[in-house]
Amino acid sequence: MTDQGPLIPRNRAAHPVAYDIDYKTSVPRSPKWALLSYDSSITEETGPVYGHNVLGALDNNLILNWTKGAAPAVGERILMHGRVVDENNRPVPNTLVEIWQANAGGRYRHMKDTYFAPLDPNFGGCGRTITDDNGYYEFLTIRPGAYPWPNRANDWRPMHIHISVFGSAFGQRLITQMYFEGDPLIDLCPIAATIKSRSQLDRLVAPLDMAHSKPMDYLAYKFDIVLRGRRQTMFENKLEGM
Amino acid sequence: MVQKLDTLVETPSQTAGPYVHIGLMPSYCGNAGAYEQEIGLSPIEDGAAGEVIEIVGQVIDGTGWALRDAMIESWQADAAGKYPGQPGADPKVSGHCRFGADAETGEFTLRTIKPGPTPTRSGGQQAPHIALWIVARGINIGLQTRIYFEDEDNSADPLLARIEQRPRVDTLIARKTGDGTYRFDIRLQGDKETVFLDV
Repeated sequence: MTDQGPLIPRNRAAHPVAYDIDYKTSVPRSPKWALLSYDSSITEETGPVYGHNVLGALDNNLILNWTKGAAPAVGERILMHGRVVDENNRPVPNTLVEIWQANAGGRYRHMKDTYFAPLDPNFGGCGRTITDDNGYYEFLTIRPGAYPWPNRANDWRPMHIHISVFGSAFGQRLITQMYFEGDPLIDLCPIAATIKSRSQLDRLVAPLDMAHSKPMDYLAYKFDIVLRGRRQTMFENKLEGM
Repeated sequence: MVQKLDTLVETPSQTAGPYVHIGLMPSYCGNAGAYEQEIGLSPIEDGAAGEVIEIVGQVIDGTGWALRDAMIESWQADAAGKYPGQPGADPKVSGHCRFGADAETGEFTLRTIKPGPTPTRSGGQQAPHIALWIVARGINIGLQTRIYFEDEDNSADPLLARIEQRPRVDTLIARKTGDGTYRFDIRLQGDKETVFLDV
């Protein structure tokens, strides 16, 4: 394995703040002391690799995967698709992308979700796929509903899909959420608002993508993901201080 | 205006939320069978070289309450200090595990093998350790930390050496509780707040 170089240090200003009084659960769960900054080591520069052998045929089709293809889920049918690249704008191929979401009524299939919107017997709410050689991925799913949650007296989550990406290094590990263009709840959401840079938050809003939609079948939303990259200059591999 | 950089900015993180298990640990939240083959169930297979160990702990918030909904991922080298994917690495070690805080007690258990020391770029060595990544509702970007072991020589570890307040080093060291068993609690706040990493 050749040394691909250390990871580019994380730009923390591009990310949400840890502590935000308007997102109440972050108050007791946000570290107060400064993080220990450290150049990446082999620990963070290597990472788990999962291949096609773990995937089932319907894993990237949330409309059908819960019933193993027997019956489709209720909801507005959508294609969620995009590319995973790194900060050097290189594709991240063969990496696992996992998603989970509420059903069309805004209800999750989880023992802790007690919202009275009904479960859809034909919808589980999770999917996964592996990016191709160009970092491209796609899922067929339904558009999740917005739902109320206990925070301030009347907070609602905008429609969103949770996304988890591996990359090739454990230090690239990322979980984020995709929002939908035009959803007025985005601007009211205290979780979205933990990202203080408007341009960064805008990057989580997927545009409607008519060119990739299929007539009489599904709409498409595009969601590209950028993971940390590596420092790669000819001076990077010299001995320290030389 | 100056020239445009060719580099991109990383996609911002968002909290994994309370229902992270649906996507990443379906059997944990009653959705067993969502995938034929769930990933991250164990970092080792039978026959992995090295000492089998069990690490038990809790993720504790600023009020002293143990999180019931935290999900943790671990990543580690094999007993010889080789990471999966490196030449000569133990094929019985995947190195990656996902585990949740128990919904009743908040306690997590990681069963694995003790990793070996790993090399640094400058020719030194990192003491045996397991990298952790902690996500949960209320955690807006995954928290990185490491488990070291009290019965290993940690004196030359370069990361531990960077911790200025020496008592804080203890927050990264698992305490031996028995033969092959350790305790490692993660404190999100307070005077025993775990050292979290920006690495």
